[in-house]
Amino acid sequence: MAVESYVTHECDVLVIGAGGAGLRAAIAAAEAGCSTIVITKSLLGKAHTVMAEGGIAAGLGNLDSKDGWEVHFADTMLGGQLVNNWRMVELYAHEVIDRVYELERWGGLFDRTDDGLIMQRAFGAHSFRRLAHVGDRTGLELIRTCQDRMVHTAGAECLMEYTLTRLLKNGDRVVGAMGYNRNDGKFVVIKAGATILASGGWGRMYRHTSNSWEGTGDGAAMAYEAGADLLDMEFVQFHPTGMIWPPGARGILVTEAVRGEGGLLYNNQHKRFMLEYDPVKQELSSRDVVARSIYKEVQAGRGSPHGGAFLDITHRGAEYIMRKLPSMYEQFHALASVDITKAPMEVGPTIHYTMGGIRVDAETAATTVPGLYAAGESAGGLHGANRLGGNSLGDILVFGRRAGVAAAEFARTGGQTREVHEREVEAEQTSLFDPLDSRHGWTGRENPYHLHEALQAAMQDDAGIGRSEASLQRALASILELRERSARMRVVGRRVLNPGWHTCRDVTFMLTVSEAIVRSALRRQESRGSQWRFDFLEQDAKQGQVNYVSRRDGASMAVEAVPLSPMPDNLVKLIPRSRFYDPAKLPKGYLQPDDLPPAAPKETFA
Amino acid sequence: MTISDAATAAVDATSPMSEQGMRDPGLTGDTITLNVFRGTPDDQQGDVTYQVPGVSGMVVLDAIHYIQHNLDTDLAARWNCKAAKCGSCSAEINGRPALMCKTRIDDLPGGPITVRPMKAFPLIKDLVTDVSRNYEINRAIPPFTHAPDDGTPWRIRQADIDRLYEFRKCIECYLCQDVCHINRTHGLLDRFYGPRFFVRVASLEMHPKDVLDRTEQTRDEGGLAYCNITKCCTEVCPEHIHITDNAIIPLKERVADKHWDPVRWMGRRMFGNRDNDTQPPTRSPAG
Repeated sequence: MAVESYVTHECDVLVIGAGGAGLRAAIAAAEAGCSTIVITKSLLGKAHTVMAEGGIAAGLGNLDSKDGWEVHFADTMLGGQLVNNWRMVELYAHEVIDRVYELERWGGLFDRTDDGLIMQRAFGAHSFRRLAHVGDRTGLELIRTCQDRMVHTAGAECLMEYTLTRLLKNGDRVVGAMGYNRNDGKFVVIKAGATILASGGWGRMYRHTSNSWEGTGDGAAMAYEAGADLLDMEFVQFHPTGMIWPPGARGILVTEAVRGEGGLLYNNQHKRFMLEYDPVKQELSSRDVVARSIYKEVQAGRGSPHGGAFLDITHRGAEYIMRKLPSMYEQFHALASVDITKAPMEVGPTIHYTMGGIRVDAETAATTVPGLYAAGESAGGLHGANRLGGNSLGDILVFGRRAGVAAAEFARTGGQTREVHEREVEAEQTSLFDPLDSRHGWTGRENPYHLHEALQAAMQDDAGIGRSEASLQRALASILELRERSARMRVVGRRVLNPGWHTCRDVTFMLTVSEAIVRSALRRQESRGSQWRFDFLEQDAKQGQVNYVSRRDGASMAVEAVPLSPMPDNLVKLIPRSRFYDPAKLPKGYLQPDDLPPAAPKETFA
Repeated sequence: MTISDAATAAVDATSPMSEQGMRDPGLTGDTITLNVFRGTPDDQQGDVTYQVPGVSGMVVLDAIHYIQHNLDTDLAARWNCKAAKCGSCSAEINGRPALMCKTRIDDLPGGPITVRPMKAFPLIKDLVTDVSRNYEINRAIPPFTHAPDDGTPWRIRQADIDRLYEFRKCIECYLCQDVCHINRTHGLLDRFYGPRFFVRVASLEMHPKDVLDRTEQTRDEGGLAYCNITKCCTEVCPEHIHITDNAIIPLKERVADKHWDPVRWMGRRMFGNRDNDTQPPTRSPAG
């Protein structure tokens, strides 16, 4: 007998998350004839996808005819330092082209070339001008287009402002999920033939983050609890350019499109320091490199007044800036009282994206648990050790669709049993209700917001842009201590729209995901991509041949090194087609210069 | 040794990362007083006063977060991006519909700041209202529909994109729906699409590849004629969309062209009604 009655829904495919990946998955599942429920913690259309500004990377070759999926593949693998899942990258580079044209046929807008084709802009570590975009609001355009398509697709339904907290299993299989309606606090159980996690990444456990309140890692934590593997959790992307002043705006993203459109980075001696750190790609180097360069400049005493660098686009002229970067103009004007057509922006690294995530099969987005799928930022593998800008909007469309198609197929063929265990529902209700239970009293109570702030301090200081064995051990100790304290979280009020109560579960999820980040970062004793170990500054060829996988082992977390599968010859041959392929600087791992043909003559920008 | 080597060497491998300059909390020494509406439909407590320490450049949403973290964990407010890109944190600040994340405290006159929920929508709790009607309207508007084609890449002029881009900037904050007196004073959202969805219809109608005609529906079901172009919506739009001038007036002109053009009217009288238009439109109830 359940603690309290609950509302039950049933569907063929349950999609958790209504950003680009969730919406694209829901459209695919509904079009395949499945009744589909999409769950969002917020209102529809507010997901993190709206924050993506720069564009969708796709080898359309509209400006640079030498571009194509092959070069996009090579750039993405090199950007990810070769620990990406090569099959995912191959599928992605192929299919993202179709997804861009599909979006246009659904009513999405893109800026145009002179002859009316989709315009493409340059971006960090992409060999060619590749990002299909509309001004600096491409993510908003993508989500609005998919949102509208989903709303008008028969069979798809969206439940807004629900939080799901636990995947329900029957035997080995996931048969749905449960949680609560945020607005009335009532418990809900959703029985489903197949479940797709499209729940985004996790950045809220860091102090300086471009993530909204939603980025608490619910999907990864729930998948972990259900027994799924988490992959590459140590790889957390610092976007090099976040706002750093005023304090309230700290962490808000400054799009890479500023550099794509010609923005230059200076230190306090008015020196373009990127010319030193990466003479080839300069300001358009990959994000890990630019973020570290800014950090090093600050450490060397050459930072801007508030501990960052200057990003200057004034030389492009006011008219151009207002047309190509209108929302950046507005953002700095409103929040920092800076006119970016006249003065440089002050920027510094901010947590932006998580390359790691739920381990999935490349073709189907299936996790290691039957009936459970994952796509978009919540899944791992595509981006390796560092994501290139523009590859996330493509990722969510390509793998959102693949997850939707595969989950629909599973729901039809293998997902008939949808019985949930009442005991499991009851246990989860009790656990959710605990922080509100007045019988505990207030002695020794912990405020969930203050635990969250303590976690942010620990992760920012000790598991941030640079890490060492000592700092990571400190972070781990903090996490374990906070986990103990989290058992005493207490909040006032009832369940109707009670943000303190909501935060309790967020903290629990963030602790799980933080532990995976720290434990994986401890295991990877090398610097690669976004993982920068002060005590292991070099890449290690051996560790370039493995991914680290975290999974639940009883009550504790185990991290295992899993060898990469060897890349087939036809793909190996593509690697040198990147403009940034340099045999001497090939990421250390299973591919070495001897395995590869010499670099082709470099293409130049038109 | 290059700059980068020197900088790497400068990093102390064992000390916690000293984030130079990053710890400056920017406290101004001022105390900000906020009167925030609290309550549910059954239990309206009215404005509750909170005192919050001032921080340089802080926005109203920062103050709300301070309250949630330190003074009252039960204060409900919607927010997401905190960068004026998602349109979640709409409220009425000192009586004016605005985004909390974009309203700087140093831009407001001194003295207590009043923060209340949007008035045109039913209250759920504290600063959160039920905006679901907007999603129903969106569902009722026929989606983008293009003519069958051969699937080759489309060619569209940049000028067409520029014109539509203004409408596509909409972040669905619903401040325009809130400020509009048709909703706010007359409570007619059940028969009025409102500014946000006139923008939506305009963006579809003006898309060079769209083939549907939504003007009839916008006139009848959408209550386009209720709008008497007071431009309040344009004034509160955080994206500075010229809602009235660029979306609503052109739609009104399309309706007028179709139904009030004397040549067409004569044509209908002489050759019968090809537009399925049984009678001339009635006068706008809003005058």
